[in-house]
Amino acid sequence: MRPTLILAGNILLEARRSGLPWLALACVAAAIVLAAFVSQVALTESLQLQSALAAALLRACAAFLVMVTVASSTVREIADKGFDLMLSLPLSRAVQYIGRWIGHALCAALVALLFSLPLLLWNAPGAVLHWGLSLAFELALIAALALFFSIALAQHLPAVAASAGFYLLARMLATIQSIAGTPLVDTNWAQRAARWTIDAIAFLLPRLDAATRTDWLLYGTPPAADYVAVLGGLALYTVLLLAAGLIDLHRRNL
Amino acid sequence: MPVWLAAAFAALLAAQIASHGLQPSTGAVANDLPPPPKSTALRLAGLGEDAAIARLAMLYIQAFDLRSDNPTPYQRLDYGRLVEWLEAILDTDPRSAYPLFSAARIYAENPDPAKSRIALEFVYRAYLKAPNARWPWLAHAALVAKHRLKDLALARRYAAAIDRHTTDPNVPSWARQMEIFILEDMNELEAAKVMLGGLLASGRITDPAEARFLKERLEALEQRTAAAASR
Repeated sequence: MRPTLILAGNILLEARRSGLPWLALACVAAAIVLAAFVSQVALTESLQLQSALAAALLRACAAFLVMVTVASSTVREIADKGFDLMLSLPLSRAVQYIGRWIGHALCAALVALLFSLPLLLWNAPGAVLHWGLSLAFELALIAALALFFSIALAQHLPAVAASAGFYLLARMLATIQSIAGTPLVDTNWAQRAARWTIDAIAFLLPRLDAATRTDWLLYGTPPAADYVAVLGGLALYTVLLLAAGLIDLHRRNL
Repeated sequence: MPVWLAAAFAALLAAQIASHGLQPSTGAVANDLPPPPKSTALRLAGLGEDAAIARLAMLYIQAFDLRSDNPTPYQRLDYGRLVEWLEAILDTDPRSAYPLFSAARIYAENPDPAKSRIALEFVYRAYLKAPNARWPWLAHAALVAKHRLKDLALARRYAAAIDRHTTDPNVPSWARQMEIFILEDMNELEAAKVMLGGLLASGRITDPAEARFLKERLEALEQRTAAAASR
């Protein structure tokens, strides 16, 4: 347990020194200013517009920051051969991988906390708590995703692109399924095959469309059972990604 | 650093500022509303942030044909296409009141009766899908039908729909009795004051921008009524 915590601590220290706190603060400031500016032209629902716009921007910025931070840190360590040095130590690969992920997940939790605070300007604390906790789980999943792609691809740009593509697809898939399932679409074999393929992909992706919803801020928190199911789904997929990453790491001849 | 490099940078920056200043300003907004996207396309574009993309889309269409030098607002706006936009936005976030607010309080108050009717019918169709949430907009539509369009039959149809379809016990009695309200010999200002007073007293209007907008409308109505009475 102690090596895991030391690795996690090193990750936190690196994130602090990399400028992540300043970037996060800049994102918060930009979201608040943009939301306030745009809402000036709203004739009604100005507070809801500010809240919805700020929440959408903060969620997107948080995902991007975590992806890039994890990819940068991991790829740099691989390039500097620091990763190979760590693997030569008498520490199991699982301890090193999980330790890294815990460090990044803690960074992600701090980002989620910081990004939740401005939403208190427009929303009840309970709603913000629901949103912020879901964002923390979502960012921990993104950290696991970016860590997997970073080690698998060992290049910064492909790792970020793969993580971003996966994340965007997971967020949009429910809408894509509803478009593919419209009764106005001709049901020839190609259309049916496309629909089945989309449905099959949906089974393999996390339900990010159900997580960190702006609806919770504007229209009230979800039922407890639904909320726990959402968090449970995110946690399950995070563990799945960690397992995938460990399998990939163990099969490598390093 | 070489002096020529700094000089070249300064010259290029000055050229950029000058070229931007020479371009004509884009103050006038377009009159022709483009075809609306489907609600699924809006959801896709918003990455699932339905509440945010619906409201941003409302701000987008709000700017069309609304210029300070336009004496008749929305005179060239295609209302058929406008209603398609409002339907798509309402479908994207059904709990947002912005499309209905705009339809009932802005687009329906067009001096062109045909365009006004198109906006009112959109409010009526939307009301039937969620009567308990959307009755305030149909109540305003009934007032517009009576006092602006002078169409008592249309106003009664809307008022009767409020009485028939709303089941929420929290809906105030003056809304349920709107048909009587329509038939009474009450002028537009008195009717608007009663309705607005009722909405404010019930706590339904909580957004400061909406409260400000409605207060300005009431003041404009008072000035118009006073001017008409003095003639």
